[in-house]
Amino acid sequence: MSRLAVIETVAVIENMLRDPRVWRGRRVEQQVPCASTGHAALDEALPHGGWTLGTLNEVLFEMDGIGELELVLPVLSELTRQQCHVVVVAAPYVLYAPALRARGVQLDYLHCVDAASEIEALWAAEQCLRSGVCAAVLCWPRQAHEPALRRLQVAAETGHALGFAFRPARAALNPSPAATRIRLPMHDAGTRLDVIKCRGGLAPSRPIPFRASSTSA
Amino acid sequence: MLWAALLLPRLGFDALLRQRDADTDTNNLALISCDRARPIIVDAAPRALAAGVRRGQTLATAQALFPRLRPVPHDPAQVQALRELIASWAYGYSSQVSLHEPDAILIEIGGSLSLFGPWPLLQRRWRAELSELGITHRLAAAPTALGALAIAHAQDGIMIPQLPVLHTALAGLRIEHCRFDAATIEALHGMGLRHLCDILRLPRAGLTRRFGATFVDYLDRLRGDLPDPLPLYRPPNVFQARMEFDHEIESSEALRFPLRRLIGDLCTFLRSRDGGVQQFDLLLEHDPLQFKQLAPTRLHIGTQMPQRDPVALFELCLLRLQASAIAAPVRALCLRADELPAFVPAASDLFDTRSGIQLDWPQLADRLRSRLGDDAVYRIEAGDDPRPEHAWSKLVWSKTASMLPPLLRQSGPRPTWLLRRPIPLHGEPRHILAGPERIESGWWDGGDLRRDYYVIETRAGQRAWAFRGIDDEAPWLLHGWFA
Repeated sequence: MSRLAVIETVAVIENMLRDPRVWRGRRVEQQVPCASTGHAALDEALPHGGWTLGTLNEVLFEMDGIGELELVLPVLSELTRQQCHVVVVAAPYVLYAPALRARGVQLDYLHCVDAASEIEALWAAEQCLRSGVCAAVLCWPRQAHEPALRRLQVAAETGHALGFAFRPARAALNPSPAATRIRLPMHDAGTRLDVIKCRGGLAPSRPIPFRASSTSA
Repeated sequence: MLWAALLLPRLGFDALLRQRDADTDTNNLALISCDRARPIIVDAAPRALAAGVRRGQTLATAQALFPRLRPVPHDPAQVQALRELIASWAYGYSSQVSLHEPDAILIEIGGSLSLFGPWPLLQRRWRAELSELGITHRLAAAPTALGALAIAHAQDGIMIPQLPVLHTALAGLRIEHCRFDAATIEALHGMGLRHLCDILRLPRAGLTRRFGATFVDYLDRLRGDLPDPLPLYRPPNVFQARMEFDHEIESSEALRFPLRRLIGDLCTFLRSRDGGVQQFDLLLEHDPLQFKQLAPTRLHIGTQMPQRDPVALFELCLLRLQASAIAAPVRALCLRADELPAFVPAASDLFDTRSGIQLDWPQLADRLRSRLGDDAVYRIEAGDDPRPEHAWSKLVWSKTASMLPPLLRQSGPRPTWLLRRPIPLHGEPRHILAGPERIESGWWDGGDLRRDYYVIETRAGQRAWAFRGIDDEAPWLLHGWFA
């Protein structure tokens, strides 16, 4: 093979590799700022080793009381301990202070916001995410459409905040702009969770052990 | 001593223009005296002046010269309010500000020149800020207050640092610039005197006889031969400003302009006294003839920390305006702030890497409250009451971090969600994970309860906090979720 032919072949290959459809499996080079989820198995499954800051994360759950708050409590207590503000927008029930305190959440940095309607709640969540003041924002958009979620995602990016949207499990069928989507399946009674989507890597195919069953909380 | 004289030649007209929206037509406006029988032109817009309208003309003459003239009567209260606003602005530069002269403000700048100076720099800064406030002005500085004022009449922008130089400058001054009354000027002209040096050359005894002692006294104060004590301005402890409209305003959008101006004035006032505002009222006044019974709509705006940022305050007001229902069209807008606490600027981190809009938590909370209501933003606190419903409380307006002692009482597991009121549990629990924990308390305040609490797993697999009364037949009631 002549020298020229080799050069030509290399150029062709390089061109092919530049095509975005070719996935090359490179390691992520830049450090992505993230916070540990506090659950070792989940940290391992997520591409950056935890919740990525500046993203919206979706928690899909079918019923109350299957560990949906348990999933985010470790990161909330860590953030409030670092004196970062955390805002809970329009929680479905009373966030019970004694339990949170027992779990190490610094209540001085936890703020609750009540909203009369879902539209108001989305507005408040967006304001909080965008402001750059809040480290994490929790909200419960039930009927939100994709554009609303996209707004939240952009706001989280702008304000460099960690957004959590808790949504009904049936929303898993619809596409979502969230960076991470986690489903708590009912049949396992909150002992395992599925990562449906995680930006920056492939979602693990197997469920991840999460909360031990039948132990005292 | 070095006095700066701020001459306000068109104060009345400036006050009038400030009331007008930026985009309404102001080219045909004329300010007329309050005299109803024979109104006289006080000042007019440039286009009217170009058409030959002059100060002192009767309104009829002016209208003959310029038919499109829109006369507006002079409002002394409005002019006084503007004078006070300028004085409060000047107070930011010097503690010695005098409102003694009706058409000028005198500011002692000997001390402030070393901080804000030299003169060209201070002058540029002042002119920029005054233009922002919408005020026509002439400026001069001299060792005597009256001297500075006379120089400002003669030439704009001059600073004379020493007394001998001032004497020379005054000597060459024309008599019309020396602020004598019209009769005196006429008499002096009649004597063939044109410049101040001509007067100074005359014997004092004769001048006293002819024009009175105050005239000679004035000349001495002008030259600095006599001390010139001036009554000084003291900033008031409340701020009040008001804007009236020609027409009725029916949308909050149209209130933007007057609101921005009022907030801007408030912040100018606050900056000059180095204060902030924590709460103020916006009064929306309705037409007194049409809505006789209707009291002004009062909007109370509060912030968590003292503030003086016009943009943030404007946004808060706008959010509040948009969220509230206003019963009738608005004829006047009034802003009143009674409490003006000290302002502590927020310290920001030099190495803060966070991008985006720079806000702090109090500002964000204010913004949320202004749309969602004052009680909508709160923190929660854990208490020591054994009864679940009383073991937490809301903190709406607390500034300091709570310094609670660690909970003394060891309690059983507590759920992260508490239901507002217990509801009947569907079916029997599948497992009991923990319990019973008996809570029997509250006999002292009437909220007596006796319950056995359990951590249970429901048939669907949810982990819940449920209780039953202490007799065996009592039904299961759900009170929380271990979410």
